[in-house]
Amino acid sequence: MSLSPHPDRALAGKIAARIASRARELGRPRVRLMHVCGTHEDTIQKHGVRSLLPEGVEIIPGPGCPVCVTTAREIDEALALADRGVVVTTFGDLMKVPGGGGRSLARAKADGRDVRVVYSIYDAVKIARASGAETVHVAVGFETTAPSTASVLADDGLPAGFSVLACHRLVPPALAALMADPEVRIDGFIEPGHVSAIIGLRPYEELSRAFRVPQVVAGFEPQDVLMGVLMLLTMLRDGESGVRNEYVRVVSPEGNGRALAAMAAAFAPCDVAWRGFPVIPGSGLRLLPRVARRDARERFGLRLPDDAGSVPAGCLCPEVLKGKAYPDECPLFGADCTPEHPVGACMVSSEGSCGIWHRYGAF
Amino acid sequence: MCLAVPGKVISIEGKEAVVDFLGTRRTVRVDLVEARVGDHVIVHVGYAIDVLDEESAAETLALFRRYLEE
Repeated sequence: MSLSPHPDRALAGKIAARIASRARELGRPRVRLMHVCGTHEDTIQKHGVRSLLPEGVEIIPGPGCPVCVTTAREIDEALALADRGVVVTTFGDLMKVPGGGGRSLARAKADGRDVRVVYSIYDAVKIARASGAETVHVAVGFETTAPSTASVLADDGLPAGFSVLACHRLVPPALAALMADPEVRIDGFIEPGHVSAIIGLRPYEELSRAFRVPQVVAGFEPQDVLMGVLMLLTMLRDGESGVRNEYVRVVSPEGNGRALAAMAAAFAPCDVAWRGFPVIPGSGLRLLPRVARRDARERFGLRLPDDAGSVPAGCLCPEVLKGKAYPDECPLFGADCTPEHPVGACMVSSEGSCGIWHRYGAF
Repeated sequence: MCLAVPGKVISIEGKEAVVDFLGTRRTVRVDLVEARVGDHVIVHVGYAIDVLDEESAAETLALFRRYLEE
């Protein structure tokens, strides 16, 4: 058996055959497996992974896009800074996400505000250094991205005008919130490979103990996702509810110690709302007092009220983010809501479930 | 947005390294990992977040074999 780091059709076929036989052994009419990673959904749609699954075995996309779960309040905070003449930097995906009044950072830029797309927070620091202007980086992202923010905050000689609007989210508290929701039924989780490269396996083990749910950390080739499904079905058959690692070529059980230490030196967990969800305890990151002068909310006295998670009429983003509906079950999908004219956040981001389904033609 | 891309470390200077991504070279930060010249790293938003080790390829193969041959 060869093993290539690229899509491998023959191997995928072998795994799919095993999945079919394992599903028969398990003998349940429906098995609902959730992933929480836009990159997984991209792999699944791009390679038609769902078409290889037997009847009754589902992979449901969950809240796997940190851009999509950014709240209207956070966008409004960034807009307020841009309106004050501050240079605002962020990742490209965030540009079109609507704030409370429907205005986005892309709109603000078109209106002449200084909003810049960067590849890395490090590029934002370089902009602040070169311009000498007040520069705020809107820091979105899960645990994969938060260490880069933490790393910059630990740098000597950071430009005086540089600060951060922390909008990071943590994955395990969201998984716990989903498991605690009586309307959500999940038989197993495919855990995100690159979040796990940072946090390791321990946070998932706590979740498995609390909710008796099997979990597999998986990589991003189609055969990785299929193997994740096979491992989960095997665990379900054997009555196991622990954590297994398919992505051993990247993820170690203890995670990335340096990255975790950098995060602990810069941030403390805080309670924060996710778009489509109520406040999830301990699922955000706020800057610690020692780096408070780099906290844009403190620095500019931002005091916006928390939004009640308002959602446009007809938009099913909250249900899509919780795995209660597939993107094409939304009445707006593909008609009133498209990547060119998005209504909901899941269509805005290239990593949002609706955007991915639309891109690969899943009508 | 957790996309991360593998590349090979060409040179290191302080917290920064030049990394080759299949012919395209970029400067990335390497202070979150213990990387040496010649290592393969996985890069996300301009930061190396993990160093790939060669033994893990064999581990992956063994894992796939175990589940496929059961």
